[in-house]
Amino acid sequence: MAFWIDLLSFVLLVGGGVFVLIGGIGVLRMPDLYTRMHATGLTDTMGTLLVLGGVMLQAGLSLATIKLAAIAIFLLLTGPTASYALSNAALLSGLRPKAEWLEPGSDR
Amino acid sequence: MTVLFGIFLLTLLVITAVGIVRSENLFAAVMLSGIFSLLMAANFFILDAADVALTEAAVGAGISTVLLLGALALTPIQERRNRAGRWVALGVVTVTTLMVVYATFEKPRLGDPQAPVHQHVAPWYLEQTPELVGIPNVVTAVLGTFRGYDTLGEVIVVLTAGVGVLFLLGLPGAVGHRKREELASGRSYLGHHLIPQVVGQLLIPFILLFALYVQFHGEYGPGGGFQAGAIFAAGFILYALIAGEREALTIISPRFLMVLMAGGALLYGGVGILCLLLGGSFLDYSVLASDPRTGQQWGILAIELGVGISVAGVLLAIYHAFAARGR
Repeated sequence: MAFWIDLLSFVLLVGGGVFVLIGGIGVLRMPDLYTRMHATGLTDTMGTLLVLGGVMLQAGLSLATIKLAAIAIFLLLTGPTASYALSNAALLSGLRPKAEWLEPGSDR
Repeated sequence: MTVLFGIFLLTLLVITAVGIVRSENLFAAVMLSGIFSLLMAANFFILDAADVALTEAAVGAGISTVLLLGALALTPIQERRNRAGRWVALGVVTVTTLMVVYATFEKPRLGDPQAPVHQHVAPWYLEQTPELVGIPNVVTAVLGTFRGYDTLGEVIVVLTAGVGVLFLLGLPGAVGHRKREELASGRSYLGHHLIPQVVGQLLIPFILLFALYVQFHGEYGPGGGFQAGAIFAAGFILYALIAGEREALTIISPRFLMVLMAGGALLYGGVGILCLLLGGSFLDYSVLASDPRTGQQWGILAIELGVGISVAGVLLAIYHAFAARGR
């Protein structure tokens, strides 16, 4: 039983790490603010949630798990809200998504 | 492993610092300084200084960033080019760096039990806290009772800073000639965004509850008045962002903010005076109750409350001074 819990938490932690890595690569590679925020969204939600899930399995049924769950709920609420507020502020201040400028039917 | 984390975090810290210096966009510099504080908090945490880490995260990464952004609303966003005196600055920085590097040659290894800092008064604090004060968190005991004078001085410094900012910028309805009613009603930074409004209103009660927990749990875990005051102020700043400046100043009026600022410091000093009147010495809480240890705990609770009230009042007043001016 302990082995399977360890294995599951290992899978979750590695999965979270992969999502954070993909988010980091995305921020470097994406062309403009909106697509970059799409990449950091992965880090904010999937990355942290998977890592927190993995740590929760390691902590077992204890006070630490409840605290981690509270952190997860907090991040689940605030992360997307912050992303929304950021993109909305960028749009209102006049920053246009780059994708609009591509010609329809262009091969890029 | 801790060393590895430390090297990683300190490297990031240096990169961030270079970024702050090189950035000519002040907005980016403010954001980087927030990241700098967060990295610093993580550093403090792996050095087992949880109380300092909490303060750095709440004040450095949280409130300072908001206050700097508020100040940025009054200034241009680009740094003005200034080429004069660059060689002087470089010289000063080089000399200081060399001096600091020279000072580290004699520095004891991290965690060395023979280091002077572990030989001086620290062992006495660790031994005497259970006996004299009887609370688990030695940091709170040192801050509240053994070093009560220093903490009183810190509160006065915070209060002075707040008074100075208010003298410079004014606070509509309390300091300066502008009336609170002149603030445009209903205008707010996030007022017309539904999602931040709903989520913010959902979070504010929990932020305030967490501030109270940090305030009154400081004797048992990391926390205390400074951190709690900053978190409390953060909750109300969030409300001001959502509901608007005028609504926030209606809930906690500018005059009441003044009362909070001075009242916290007065509560702290008043506890000291009460100790004098009860026949003890200044800020020696043992005389507050029949049992000296209970007296110490009551005294720490009271002065921490004073610290929290004063810090929350000052931070909120500074925020409102910037936010009310920036339009």
